[in-house]
Amino acid sequence: MSAPRVYLKGNEALAYGALEAGLNAYFAYPITPSSEAPETLAKEFGNKKYPEFKIFLQSASELEAIYMVLGAAAGGVRVMTATSSPGFSLKQEGLSYAAGMELPFLVADICRAGPGLGNLGPEQSDYFQSTKGGGHGSYRLIVLAPDSVQEMVLFPRIAFDLAFKYRNPVLILGDAFIGQLKEDVEFPEFTPPEYDISSWAITGAKGREPHILNSLELDYQKHYQHISRIYEKYKQVEANEVRFEDYLTEDAETVIVAFGISARIAKGVVNRLRGKGLKVGLFRPITLWPFPRDALRKLASQGKRFLVVELNTGQMVEDVILSVGKGVTVDFLGKWGGVVPTEGEIENKVRGLEVVAV
Amino acid sequence: MSELNLKKKTGKLESLTDMPTHYCAGCEHGTLTRLIASAMDELGIRERAVMIDSVGCSVLAYNYLNCDHIVAAHGRAPAVAGGLKRVRPDLMIFTVQGDGDAVAIGLAELIYAAKRSTPITVFLVNNGIYGMTGGQMAPTTLEGQVTTTTPYGRDPALTGTELDASKLLAGIDGAAYVRRASLVVTELASQRGTVYTIKNLLDAKKWVENAFKVQALGGFAFVELLSTCSVNWKMSVLEAKRFVQEHTIKKFPLGLYKDTFGVEKK
Repeated sequence: MSAPRVYLKGNEALAYGALEAGLNAYFAYPITPSSEAPETLAKEFGNKKYPEFKIFLQSASELEAIYMVLGAAAGGVRVMTATSSPGFSLKQEGLSYAAGMELPFLVADICRAGPGLGNLGPEQSDYFQSTKGGGHGSYRLIVLAPDSVQEMVLFPRIAFDLAFKYRNPVLILGDAFIGQLKEDVEFPEFTPPEYDISSWAITGAKGREPHILNSLELDYQKHYQHISRIYEKYKQVEANEVRFEDYLTEDAETVIVAFGISARIAKGVVNRLRGKGLKVGLFRPITLWPFPRDALRKLASQGKRFLVVELNTGQMVEDVILSVGKGVTVDFLGKWGGVVPTEGEIENKVRGLEVVAV
Repeated sequence: MSELNLKKKTGKLESLTDMPTHYCAGCEHGTLTRLIASAMDELGIRERAVMIDSVGCSVLAYNYLNCDHIVAAHGRAPAVAGGLKRVRPDLMIFTVQGDGDAVAIGLAELIYAAKRSTPITVFLVNNGIYGMTGGQMAPTTLEGQVTTTTPYGRDPALTGTELDASKLLAGIDGAAYVRRASLVVTELASQRGTVYTIKNLLDAKKWVENAFKVQALGGFAFVELLSTCSVNWKMSVLEAKRFVQEHTIKKFPLGLYKDTFGVEKK
């Protein structure tokens, strides 16, 4: 029997997806276009359907919210917050501390136009601060990029799994389009797994040595070891957790590389051009970090050309260029400021592919 | 929530590790560490105590207090404490913040923790200066006081006057216990040379215990402790202790600012 279908906004789907993934605590700070996530959770707080959802609190700032998330994550529970770009910038400090302390939790960034206040329209310009470790120090977030409301439902499950498996914050990077889009979705049966937190969680030092969650180490050699261990962990993530969608790339001469809402539009272009006999495919990174470098390199080795489509002035395109290696045609189509490319614009670009990097 | 009962203990404290502290000679941070350890032992809360180590000279306390610790970012200890307390309400969560940490960069987090009656305990070490970063002006630096960023003395026309955290928090209805104490020994006149009384420390010990009792009753507890920083004040240890008696205490008078549960009457 298939699960019932529900008609939801992306941000609402994220909230219900997190609840179905066993969310225990949520610390909120309102910011457009992400606020339907906390609003939905505030409404569902106390609903007997979600007995594990025990804490909902609106904080006084983005900073307070992320540090409350950090404190609750130290307690070993499933905790999350959602924000949008200006708020995500403010959270970078807390994310740096959390990565250094190896704390598992979920943050969603429903990206809007920047820089500064920008506007409330969709952009994908938080790619850099999402995937490169946006705060200080050598660290990464594991970044999942949904391209549909259905994935907003499903990704919190994956996110909590990855967060606890690797003890690292996980980011769901959406955009104003994905957050505000309404689609019908289903909620497949899911039982949230138990995670072993006994070796690190802050539960009181009863019958054991104290647990100390800390990013500070004044001894340079010891800190070198600490970061080395985290770096080794990241190599494991890169080896095991790459996710991407490969759509009609096998015989494609041109492959559009796009994530999130850009990929959704690009898929329409691929279908349209296939109908006209053009061999075009779509490669959609689902994990923006770890980036699906090897899969792209493999496509490049088959002689394909690439068009990167993003809602920014060119961020992921740098990772694509690094992935495909030298001598490969990579072109770029960007839109920004809340403007989204039309299928026609992408089609024209595919037809007249220019080389921006060889 | 239940009342905590005190059981006097003598000898080695279980809540204190064997690690020698890094604090400078004459610094009261070590005294406070000892008072907290003593309260943890005597109230029987070590196994559920969690210290949120804040940024400042208290940040290395995880070496000294034998309990779980989270080391927070500068100013964010009350937020971290509030997040943890909500998901693990049985824990006894406390932080030791400096005046730069609590009253400058972290004032919003402190006020909102109090405003929401978050059951946590905040100890504020007020030594009127940024100690760990080498002696810059703090919100609590006295008018005219010389620091590395006020080399000609603090000028209130430029930087405003001292910020009184206890007075401020006493005006926040969610705070259940606000008390200003001193960790500084007091000089007494004597025929046989200088003599010091530790009355302040004996008092402070009671207020530290009260701050945990208030948390156990479900309230937000705040104890500000006047201290010295002789190294950054560029004074001898004894001069610094005298400075607190002669100047600091006049601007920051000791006293009970709020006691919603009446723990000091019990």
